[in-house]
Amino acid sequence: MKEFMFLFRGGDEVWDTKSPEEQQEHMQHWQQWIGEIAEQGKFVSGERLRTQGKTVINKGTSIIDRPLTEGKELVGGYLRIKADSIEEATEMAKGCPGFRWDASGVEVREVWPEH
Amino acid sequence: MVAVLIKIFGTENIELAEDVVQDALLKALETWKYRGLPDNPSAWLYRTAKNRAIDVIRRNKHSRVIDFSDPQRQLLTSNYTLGATMDTYWQEDSIKDDFLAMMFACCHPNISPENQITFILKSLCGFSTKEVAKAFLTGEDTVSKRLYRTKEYFRKHKIKPQIPKPDQIVLRTNTVLSAIYLMFNEGYNSTHSNDLIRKDLIGQAMLLCRSLFSEERTALPQVYALMALMCFHAARVDSRLGSNGELILLDKQDRKLWDPSLIDSGKLYMNKASFGNQLSTYHLEAAIAYEHCSARQYENTNWKKILEYYDILLKLAFDPVVFLNRALVILELYGPLEALEAIDHIKNEKQLQGYYLYHASLGEINKRLQQLDKAIAHFENAIALTGSKQEKQLLEGKIQEMMKSIQSK
Repeated sequence: MKEFMFLFRGGDEVWDTKSPEEQQEHMQHWQQWIGEIAEQGKFVSGERLRTQGKTVINKGTSIIDRPLTEGKELVGGYLRIKADSIEEATEMAKGCPGFRWDASGVEVREVWPEH
Repeated sequence: MVAVLIKIFGTENIELAEDVVQDALLKALETWKYRGLPDNPSAWLYRTAKNRAIDVIRRNKHSRVIDFSDPQRQLLTSNYTLGATMDTYWQEDSIKDDFLAMMFACCHPNISPENQITFILKSLCGFSTKEVAKAFLTGEDTVSKRLYRTKEYFRKHKIKPQIPKPDQIVLRTNTVLSAIYLMFNEGYNSTHSNDLIRKDLIGQAMLLCRSLFSEERTALPQVYALMALMCFHAARVDSRLGSNGELILLDKQDRKLWDPSLIDSGKLYMNKASFGNQLSTYHLEAAIAYEHCSARQYENTNWKKILEYYDILLKLAFDPVVFLNRALVILELYGPLEALEAIDHIKNEKQLQGYYLYHASLGEINKRLQQLDKAIAHFENAIALTGSKQEKQLLEGKIQEMMKSIQSK
């Protein structure tokens, strides 16, 4: 099996506009989705990322006080999963609960194998 | 609460679970002192413990303390799922299961009975190490060692708290029942403590038994039978000690002190125990205890019926202690000579040589045969073998009485 990484883009702006109840319900959906992946033994790891950040650019000589991208391009989190092929991984990514809230994208990338 | 936390952190991390409970209680005390009791204190405590548990998980995410490779625990590692996963751990019906499941883990057949009970008291009954040590009159070191050994066993064999599968459940439940009965006996007739009766142990044993039959899968006839037995015994607790804490035997007990409501509950459980085709030793012991409870006076005791029960009990499984008790029934029914003859059958049983009641019974029989010298010698043996202050007092009293009658001759 190969390992893939889902990069979740966008969605963070919407998060702040929702009520705590809605946020909690939304996290239930994530729980369900990732739970199903884990049940098949395909979950590796995954985390949410905070919106704030810094970016080091210009060969490490300058720093900007925000992530490189913003808004719909911003990476809000990642998930590492196992799948047999990129097609299978892409199919899995369609279930991402982020789509319930806005048209953010899930970037599916294969992790470079060990050999 | 500890049971849920142990399920979250793993059986090997019982301290972590206890710390969280401690923290939650401390926080409750501090907060409630200023703001008063919340509307739903237990919900408040659970929520606080849950949040602490989330902290602990976050803190230990990259350490090896908690085994996150367990599929049930995998989802605790991600921020996406930690909160919601934690919530499912704390749902009410799952808490009830966790308690039972932990009980089965503690009573794993390969763990010795004293280690089983130590772990139950510690993880499910909220006893501190010191309290467990006090209940068994051992050092805290010994208790810690027992806990450590049990934890090591859990770790090595990856024992998870779970309710056994249907084909295992009868066998495993019986192990749990013997641990509960042992705990009850320790409370009812404490061999290791200065207090002859420890109501806390009695209460905990009954609570554990109740949790078994409140779950359909473990509501077996023998569970109800043990509960009935414990009710009948517990009903008599208050009449067993005199005003100076001395032990009072059945024939001298004030039967008005017996708790009628416990006897009634015992009868109720006895009825519930009569389904299926299995007659357990608990059924018979409960029946015997009921005969005692239902006699208005000692003289009215239906010894014939009791003897019948003992005979069936011995057919189920031969046990020298049961045989000894049967001999005492014969003593009541047919007199000391017959009793002596009965007891003669078991005189070579090793288990009995170190059992103070065997020697005390021989003492009593000889006393009735007017063999006072022999009786005194047997009572002295018994005194040397019991660890309980009250038992010693009782036996010494008997010896003194006989001494007097020897001198007056």
